[in-house]
Amino acid sequence: MATDILMPALSPTMEQGKLAKWLKKEGDPVKPGDILAEIETDKATMEVEAVDEGVLAKILIADGTDNVAVNTPIAVLAGEGEDVSAAATKPNGAAKPDGTKPDGAKGEGQPAPAPDMKAEGQAGTPAPAAKTSEDRPVAPAAPAVITNRSADRAMAEIPEGTEMVTQTVREALRDAMAEEMRRDETVFVMGEEVAEYQGAYKITQGLLQEFGARRVVDTPITEHGFAGVGVGAAFTGLRPVVEFMTFNFAMQAIDQIINSAAKTLYMSGGQLGCPIVFRGPNGAAARVAAQHSHDYAAWYSNVPGLKVVMPYTASDAKGLLKSAIRDPNPVIFLENEILYGQSFPVPKGDGFTVPIGKAKVHREGRDVTLVSFGIGMTYALKAAHELAEAGIDAEVIDLRTIRPMDSETIVDSVRKTGRCVTVEEGFPQSGVGAEIAARLMVDAFDYLDAPVLRITGKDVPMPYAANLEKLALPTVAEVIEAAKAVCYR
Amino acid sequence: MDAANEARQEDKGAAGKGASPKSPSPKSAASRPSNKASNAPQFTREEDQHAYREMLLIRRFEEKAGQLYGMGLIGGFCHLYIGQEAVVIGVQMASKDGDQVITGYRDHGHMLACGMDPKGVMAELTGRRGGYSRGKGGSMHMFSREKNFYGGHGIVGAQVSLGTGIGFANKYRGDGAVSLTYMGDGAANQGQVYESFNMAQLWKLPVVYVIENNRYAMGTSVTRASAQTDFSKRGISFGIPGEQVDGMDVRAVREAAARAIAHARDGEGPYILEMQTYRYRGHSMSDPAKYRTKDEVARMREESDPIEQVRKRLLGPHKVPEDEIKAIDAKVREIVNESAEFATSDPEPDPSELWTDVLLEPARA
Repeated sequence: MATDILMPALSPTMEQGKLAKWLKKEGDPVKPGDILAEIETDKATMEVEAVDEGVLAKILIADGTDNVAVNTPIAVLAGEGEDVSAAATKPNGAAKPDGTKPDGAKGEGQPAPAPDMKAEGQAGTPAPAAKTSEDRPVAPAAPAVITNRSADRAMAEIPEGTEMVTQTVREALRDAMAEEMRRDETVFVMGEEVAEYQGAYKITQGLLQEFGARRVVDTPITEHGFAGVGVGAAFTGLRPVVEFMTFNFAMQAIDQIINSAAKTLYMSGGQLGCPIVFRGPNGAAARVAAQHSHDYAAWYSNVPGLKVVMPYTASDAKGLLKSAIRDPNPVIFLENEILYGQSFPVPKGDGFTVPIGKAKVHREGRDVTLVSFGIGMTYALKAAHELAEAGIDAEVIDLRTIRPMDSETIVDSVRKTGRCVTVEEGFPQSGVGAEIAARLMVDAFDYLDAPVLRITGKDVPMPYAANLEKLALPTVAEVIEAAKAVCYR
Repeated sequence: MDAANEARQEDKGAAGKGASPKSPSPKSAASRPSNKASNAPQFTREEDQHAYREMLLIRRFEEKAGQLYGMGLIGGFCHLYIGQEAVVIGVQMASKDGDQVITGYRDHGHMLACGMDPKGVMAELTGRRGGYSRGKGGSMHMFSREKNFYGGHGIVGAQVSLGTGIGFANKYRGDGAVSLTYMGDGAANQGQVYESFNMAQLWKLPVVYVIENNRYAMGTSVTRASAQTDFSKRGISFGIPGEQVDGMDVRAVREAAARAIAHARDGEGPYILEMQTYRYRGHSMSDPAKYRTKDEVARMREESDPIEQVRKRLLGPHKVPEDEIKAIDAKVREIVNESAEFATSDPEPDPSELWTDVLLEPARA
């Protein structure tokens, strides 16, 4: 009986990949453990092993095919003695195992990979035809060239006419580090798997090749120790970028981050600054449960002496990471694994930075202010889109920096709308939303027409089961409901 | 005594100062072999004079700090270095300009040994604006970038990773400097110490780890806290060489430190020196030190005092006239008195200082 070989999911967040290369050809016998093909994900190139014995009857997805969704049949395996040609003519996907979703769709509660393309002026919307200086068609391999449309509120801080390229958050982060390393010899990167492995999440891809092992340093698994080594090096004036494989592991190093990095400038009467960036993925990815899903934005934002940044778009990720590396203070730079693979327009070239401490009005509106940051923006933007259809015009503010917090932008917005809903994946108690609500109570009390509502992760450790995880995270529906409630609709 | 308990006791200031321990601990640590038949290399007359003056400055400074603490002029925690002077002075005599020093909270001696101004150190102890940290750090948190003194750290063991990072920076810059990273026997049981040892040897970082074994981590003797009481062996599993040194003999300290520093500077990686030393005073000002006998302390003072050893050599083999030694004593007292005078007359920080030094302004791009 012929079976389909499906596109495998090779990481918790993989939704699609490239079928780079077949290592077996049609008609080849296959044993369990044989390497059938190589697949490139956004993180790495992986090998696909055969599970069953048989003959590779038909290859359904050719070498070099991009964007093959998880669970798509990629080949047909015929049983022993089976007529290969008969198997090959079977309709694709007929032998799909029960219960699998062919499109590998995630649960609805899981943030969809597609951000609000429209508000972003994303390349997914038909970009104006390649208006390069010579007005020639762009080579097929090159990213689509688009220019900043000044009408987009989200791009207001990028000068009109700036040439943009489409990049993933992952590429933007790598470029930010590479550009700053070229600019400043004292900048170096250290962490687990940052060099030879090219980054556990491929953020440091190519850095070792360009800058060498002196400046791209693989550490042992020793967070407390290497965080302290980074801080000590920063005290002498070097500018370390310390990658935590996830911020969950930074709990091992919390003493060095708080007691050494954040406090020494003050305790030394201004003598010993600590120009260091701690960066890495933060918050929930997908199905990795409580010890790998914690959002620490509120934790770090509690500490004087730190700056805390949590970008959403690729251009903010790049511009803010460059500012963080240049900043003379310790900066906690919170990324998100699910956002890594998402694409946004990014200003071309190495001159673009985004100031730390400035929020951004991502979408203008009159009726209610939604304040979010990082991956929380995906809920806020989708909710704003759906609210518009219901006749509620939501303004969406991307906080971008959690500390120092840009109260002014929030207050200005609430003076206009009179209503506010905060959105974050972190826990409710003493969360970022709680801080915003407290500030609005003091600074915008007379303008509020309704209580500030908070949409947060639920007050439980992150569960593993798919349905429970979905329940633990915020949903777009919750944001919509809260927005309607504060508008008394 | 736990930290919270100690904090309460600290609040009482010097109430318990001078109270003698009532119950001797059941078993004191083994008595230390004295150095009488020391085969440590001899110091020249000038070297011994230098060591004498430097160690005496620390001793008198610490005595004065204890006195000011008793008068309520120094607050919080205050950990005195009395008895351990030969360690930091011997190591400094083997170091070069540009080498950095970092230590824990028993740090006054290290600051003076680095050449920091006693006035600025004492004024920090009294929380005044002329203190090294402008009154914002206190006894445990003082720094001098100018003198390459990187603190002064209040979290036991944290300075070991930081000092390793300083060594990392030295290697990164290729400037030939060595990070002199001090810790106590208590800190030597912290996990990050071994994380640091591993990286330092893996990357051959120029770090000398100086473990000041004064036999008690607060009130817990080494034998009650450490499965391996030979601290020079603590780097064996990483392949880091180590040796035990008579930390009461400044000559032995300097000789061992010279070996260790040369090893680190030559790119051979880290080195561990266990300095066998002794603190005469309690862990902090509020510690009645009931975990050891008065006898034990008295014997150490009589037989092994680091300063007395040098004084005897100056008067004996070096034939320094007693008047000259007395002149050194007087000069040191004068320096210490001036520092106390400054530290008690200097104003407290301006209230606006509350809000400064939290963050640095980014440079304009």
